[in-house]
Amino acid sequence: MDSSFLFGISTMAYILAMIIYITYLAFKKTQIGITATTITIVGFVSQTLAIIMRWKEFYDLSQMGFLRSAPLTNLYESLIFFVWCLILAYLIVEFRFKNRSFGAFVTPVAGLALAFIDISGMTKEIQPLVPALQSNWLLAHVMMSFIAYATFALSFSTALMYLILTTERKNEGAYIFWTVTAGIFVIVLLAMGIDFLAFKVTVKRPEEFIKSFLFKASFLNPSTVVKMLSWTVASAMLFALWKYGSVLKRVIRAFNISDEILDEITYKSIAVGFPVFTLGGLIFGAIWADQAWGVYWSWDPKETWSLITWFVYAFYLHSRMIRGWRGKKVAIVAVIGFVAVIFTYIGVNLLLSGLHAYGGLE
Amino acid sequence: MEGERNKTSVHKIWDLFASVKLAIVIFALISLTSIIGTVLEQRAEPAKNIQILTKLFGESLAPTMYNILEKLGFIDMYHAWWFVALLIILATNIIVCSLERLPKIWKVVKEPIQPMREEQLKKFAINREIVLKGKPDKVKDAVTGAIKGAGFNYTESKEEKGYQFYSQKGNYSRLGVYVTHFSILVILIGAIIGVFFGFNGHLNLPEGAMSNVAYSGREKVIPLGFDIRCDNFDVEFYGRSDMPKEYRSYLTVIKNGREVLKKSIAVNDPLTYEGITFYQASYGLIPENFGKGIFIFRVISRDGKISNLNLRFGDTFEILNTTISGKIIDLSPALKINEKGQVFTYANQMNNPAVYIDFSESGKHKYSGWLLKRYPETWQLPEGHRVEFIDYWGVEYTGLQVRKDPGVWVVYLGCITMSIGLYIAFFMSHRRLWVRIVEERNNTRVVIGATSNKNRAAFERKINKMLSLLSKRQEGGR
Repeated sequence: MDSSFLFGISTMAYILAMIIYITYLAFKKTQIGITATTITIVGFVSQTLAIIMRWKEFYDLSQMGFLRSAPLTNLYESLIFFVWCLILAYLIVEFRFKNRSFGAFVTPVAGLALAFIDISGMTKEIQPLVPALQSNWLLAHVMMSFIAYATFALSFSTALMYLILTTERKNEGAYIFWTVTAGIFVIVLLAMGIDFLAFKVTVKRPEEFIKSFLFKASFLNPSTVVKMLSWTVASAMLFALWKYGSVLKRVIRAFNISDEILDEITYKSIAVGFPVFTLGGLIFGAIWADQAWGVYWSWDPKETWSLITWFVYAFYLHSRMIRGWRGKKVAIVAVIGFVAVIFTYIGVNLLLSGLHAYGGLE
Repeated sequence: MEGERNKTSVHKIWDLFASVKLAIVIFALISLTSIIGTVLEQRAEPAKNIQILTKLFGESLAPTMYNILEKLGFIDMYHAWWFVALLIILATNIIVCSLERLPKIWKVVKEPIQPMREEQLKKFAINREIVLKGKPDKVKDAVTGAIKGAGFNYTESKEEKGYQFYSQKGNYSRLGVYVTHFSILVILIGAIIGVFFGFNGHLNLPEGAMSNVAYSGREKVIPLGFDIRCDNFDVEFYGRSDMPKEYRSYLTVIKNGREVLKKSIAVNDPLTYEGITFYQASYGLIPENFGKGIFIFRVISRDGKISNLNLRFGDTFEILNTTISGKIIDLSPALKINEKGQVFTYANQMNNPAVYIDFSESGKHKYSGWLLKRYPETWQLPEGHRVEFIDYWGVEYTGLQVRKDPGVWVVYLGCITMSIGLYIAFFMSHRRLWVRIVEERNNTRVVIGATSNKNRAAFERKINKMLSLLSKRQEGGR
C-alpha cells in the first residue's frame, strides 16, 4: 500500500461524503448524518496516513533532512494539504457546534479541489526540491499559509450560507452577489471539466493545460458558435440560480441554523486565519524571501496578491466595527476575501503568469 | 472668526483621518490599484506590457491604454507618487485613529475594578445565581477557592450581609489592536530606512575575478568598500538528471589587500560583510572565455602515483612513470551520447562538461575519447590509469544579488511586534468577574456577574464549570 492508494481512498470518501451530506440536507435523517461524518473521518484518517507516507517517501528520496522533506512543494501536494486542513477545520466546527449541515457546503469545496487535481492532470510525482525551496522556512511558511487558506475557505462557506439565508428580495444587491458568485464558481468548474474532456489526449503538463487549453472548449473556442453557446448556457445558469435561489434558502432554513451562528463561525474562522496568515504567509514569507532572494518584499504578483488578500480580510475585520455594516455587507467582504485567496493561490501561478507567457509566445 | 474657521477645518480633517471608514477606503484603493500592478509587468519594456494590453483590450486600444497607464505611473506603480501617498495616508490614519481612541481605552485598561450592586450584576451578559448551604462565612473559602481555581486574583470587600469578590484579567489585551497598528508603522519606517540608506544591486562575477563595486538598475555603480572575489562556481545536479540541486559560489572578501572572509554561498545561505549581503541569484557561461578556461585533472597512474594538473586547451600531459601522454583537442559544455553512440552538445550551460583527449604512447597515437565530468566511468583508461576530470574552471560567472538594508532589522522588529499584537488582539480577552455572596435564611446566595470583550462563550463555559464544581464540592463535603 502506498500513499497514492490512500489518497485515492480519501478522494472517494470526500466525494461520497459530499453526496451523503447533501442527501442529509434534503432528508434530515440522523443516521444519514452520522454516515456522512463517519465517511468524512475515514477519508481524513486515510489522507493523514497518506501525507505521512508521502513525507517518508520524499525523505527517503531526497535525503535532505526530515523538516525539509515536507510534502508541500508543488501544486498537487499543496492542494492535498489544503483539503486536509479544510476537513480538519470542518470536523472541529461540526463537533463544536453540533451541526452537520455545513458539511454539504464544505465537502464540495474539498471534493472539487481534489477533482481539480485530476481534471487539470497536474503531476503527482515526487519532484526533487529546486535550490530555492531548500529551506526550513518551507514547512512553516507553506503549512501556515494553507491552514489560513482552509479557515478562509470555511468562512467562505458560512458567509455564503449567511447570504443565502438573510437575503429576501431578488433585486437586492446581496442576493445578486451571492447568486452570481456561486454561479460563476459552478460555471468555471464545469467549463474546466469540459476542457479536460476535450483535451485529455493532448495534455502533457498542468501548466500547459491551463495556459493553452483553459476555456478553449467553451468561452475561448475558435468557433463563434461554440463561444456564443457557452456564454448563453452560462448566462442561463446564472439566471436560473438567480430565479430559483430561494429554494436553497428553504433547504438551509430547514436546519435551524441561526444567522448569528453563521456570522459567528465566519468571524471566528477569519479571526484564526488572519493572524496565522499574517505570521506564516506574509511575515515568514518575507523572512524567507529576504534570505533566498535578498529582498523581503519585491511586489511580485504572488506577494502583492497575498497583500491584497490581507487587506480584504483587514477590511472585513474593520468593517465589522462600522455601524450598519454588520451582517450582509461583511459577509460579502468575507466571500470576496476567499476569491482573493483562490487567486493568490492558484490564479497567480496559472493565470497571471499564463497571461505573461502568452505575451512571450507571440 | 478666522481662527475658528481654521479650527473647524482642522477638526474636519482630523475627524476624517480618525475614521475607520477612511481605513476601509484606503484598503480598497490599495488593493484595487495593486491588482493592475500585478497584471502589468512592473518596470518592463513597453513592448511587453503593450502585448498584455493587446490581449485585454485589443490591438487598436492597447497603445493608447499603455500611454495612459504609463502617464499614471502604473508601469512602476509601487514607487509612483500616488501609491506612496496612499501608504502615507494609511499611516496617518493609523496614527490619528490611535491618538483618538487610545486615551479612552487606556482609561478602561487602568481603571481598577469596583464592587457592584446586585441589580447591576444581573444586567451583565453572563449572570448566574445559586444557593449554597451554610452562612457566608462558612462557604467563603469554597467560593474564593473556586475563583482562584478559575485563575482570578480577587479583591475582597465586606458587605452588609456577606462579601463581594471582584477581579479582572487581561485588561492589557485591549491594547493588542494598538500594538498591531503600531507595528505597521514600524514596518513602514523600516522600509523607508531601507530606501534611503540601503541599496539593491547585482554583480556578475566570473570565476577568478574580483570587484569592488556592484551595479544597480541601468549600470549605476555602487562602491562596496572592499573587494569580493569569486574563487569558484559550481552547480550540483540530482543524480544524472539536469535538475539542479545546488548552486554554490566560493567567495572571498578582501579588505586592504588582506583576505578577511571566505565563505561558500548557496541559495538560502548568503554571505554578509560590513552590512552588505551577497545572495546567489543566477549564473551563466561566458561565451568569449569558453575556450580559455583551465582544465583541472587529477591523474592517477596504475601504481597509484597522483598528479594534479591545471591545463589549457591544446595542452599535453603525461601520466607519471609511463610513456603515455594525452592532448586536449575538443571540449563541450554539456555532452550527451545518444543510442547510436553519437555525441552531441545539448545545452549551452555547463550542465555536463566534457573534454576530448587524444592519448599516445611514445609519440604514437593510441586511442582517444571523451571524459565527462559527471560520469566517473569515462575517466578510466584501458591500462588501469585514471584521468579524473575535476573541473573546467574560469568560464562561468556567478550572478550575485548585492544588498544593503539597514532597515531590515526595524522591519523584523515590526513583524515580531505585529505577531505579538495579533496574538493579543485575537486570542486574549479582557475578562471581568464579580461574585457576591449574601446570607439568606441561614444559607448563602451566590450571585455572579461577568463580562468579556471577546469570546464570551468560552468565558461562560468556564464560569459554568466553576459553578458546578462549587455545588459538587458542597455536596461532597456534607
